[in-house]
Amino acid sequence: MAENAITTKELIKKENLVYQKTRLLTDDVMHYCPGCGHGTVHRLIAEIIEEMDIQSEIIGVAPVGCSVLMYNYMNVDMQEAAHGRAPAVATGIKRLLPEKYVFTYQGDGDLAAIGTAETIHACNRGENITMIFINNGIYGMTGGQMAPTTLVGMKSSTTPYGREVSQMGNPLNMTDLVVNLPGTYFVSRQSVHTPGNVRKTKKALKKAFEYQALNKGVCFVEVVSNCPSGWKMTPLESNKWLAENMLPFYPLGDLKVPEE
Amino acid sequence: MEEFVLMKGNEAIAEAAIRAGTDGYFGYPITPQSEVIEYLAAAKPHERTGMVMLQAESEVAAINMLYGGAGAGKKVMTSSSSPGISLMQEGISYIAGSELPCLIVNVVRGGPGLGTIQPSQSDYFQSTKGGGHGDYNLIVLAPSSVQEMADFVGLGYDLAFKYRNPVMIQTDGALGQMMEKVKFKPQQPRSKKSPDWATTGKTSDRERIIITSLDLDPSRQERFNEKLQVKYRTIVEKEVRYEKIQCDDAEYLFVAYGTSSRICQKSIQMAREEGIKVGLFRPITLWPFPYNEIREMTGQVKGMLSVEMSAGQMVEDVRLAVEAKVKVDHYGRMGGIIPSSEEIVEALKQKIIGG
Repeated sequence: MAENAITTKELIKKENLVYQKTRLLTDDVMHYCPGCGHGTVHRLIAEIIEEMDIQSEIIGVAPVGCSVLMYNYMNVDMQEAAHGRAPAVATGIKRLLPEKYVFTYQGDGDLAAIGTAETIHACNRGENITMIFINNGIYGMTGGQMAPTTLVGMKSSTTPYGREVSQMGNPLNMTDLVVNLPGTYFVSRQSVHTPGNVRKTKKALKKAFEYQALNKGVCFVEVVSNCPSGWKMTPLESNKWLAENMLPFYPLGDLKVPEE
Repeated sequence: MEEFVLMKGNEAIAEAAIRAGTDGYFGYPITPQSEVIEYLAAAKPHERTGMVMLQAESEVAAINMLYGGAGAGKKVMTSSSSPGISLMQEGISYIAGSELPCLIVNVVRGGPGLGTIQPSQSDYFQSTKGGGHGDYNLIVLAPSSVQEMADFVGLGYDLAFKYRNPVMIQTDGALGQMMEKVKFKPQQPRSKKSPDWATTGKTSDRERIIITSLDLDPSRQERFNEKLQVKYRTIVEKEVRYEKIQCDDAEYLFVAYGTSSRICQKSIQMAREEGIKVGLFRPITLWPFPYNEIREMTGQVKGMLSVEMSAGQMVEDVRLAVEAKVKVDHYGRMGGIIPSSEEIVEALKQKIIGG
């Protein structure tokens, strides 16, 4: 032990506290695989709700997919939507509780395949909700099948030889689609594969919640994420693969920013 | 004192929805029920009561908007017709599985498939035997007049909130389109209070609220199903509704609901002129079905004819009720054809009396 190392006794002193789990996350053990981005994004959302002090004013909508049990981890009121229907469920909540904050949290299968119509129309109507879109290019929950966002040539359990455009079509870039709809107010694409990117994602998510109070339309944040289990990689390999393969097709940054 | 007004059944449902204090209507146009959403759009419910009305992008979206609004503790309703109701089945199953109250109106048209836009009663199985996946039941109300179309909106909400269960008003294109006199109840205020199970934002004085039908643990899921079944048994015990018309001296019985039950009343008159003593048993709740009340009639009548605008769906429940104690048969027309009162009398003679 180095001479200047802090002792356990000193470590637990309040003045030495440098970081603590937000109280907006429950103590439930998350079921996510090691290295998965979901846990990080959950934490960011929980931190933002705590920082904005809106726990009593927010209702979340969980999807079907890996984050189906999100409501076990978030210490806020939540509704579990049928697969793909979160934007419709959120529309119902927000229209009837217009003074509350409402958000959806959806994966690529939920938001960009089975729920494409609900996504497009909620964005086109300009529902005053925040939509968070986790894009890892694969169906994690059901065991690694092709997603609408699976890259060309990328292997999955239903494209074991790689995604072929002639058979499966091209990957669907939903964020590029919704940015063109007049009902979206703020659109951003971020990732959580490095600490720096986590900070940028938090900034974008915070804007997406803060702007909701303006009632100007959908605030949409895509988080390009990894799936170590589905991609059959270690967490580190998956983050490297994400940077080298996902980001060229899904480039990061704000796509639509309100004029100040 | 409210006066009688002349109105289409579909319009009466819409006006009754506003007056019942509905918080939100979400729907998608489909013939023969588009007057519901059109009436609401023209009536400016937002100005009258603050009620929200939204035309969804599909029936799938509409039923899920209902789910969200119901989960927020609000009085929500939708209306559609057969193909649209088929699209809603997933959402209805989720609503039942999450124990949320809501009102769904099915103005039935002939099927299968795109079928026809003419009236039918061929969605009886879908409404009363599940429709969507899993073990669940809807409370199904079957109006037979424009007045009942209006009255059952308020009754539907009462039952939906009492049991935290979706309620369906199953009517048909004839009742939806025809005009009749109707007297509305006075305007009810929209509720300002939220039920304690609703997602309205977690405050410090309570645990967070989760609306879900998911439980991956099979033993807990089984216990939840058992709890649902207890609720359904209570509804079966307490909420059966029916009407008996000219049954006191009846030797034969028509069993019919909705439009069919109206035609049967003319058939009764015609048959009685010929000396055939026939009465009408009209189930008002298609679920819970009046099994016991129909069974009791077996001590009195020699046979029953289930008259439906379908290939014979409710007749299965009539047979279950009767337990083979008397003869039961079915007469119906399909594909949007409404049977005539003469045909029904003839069917009674051939299938029940002569058979």
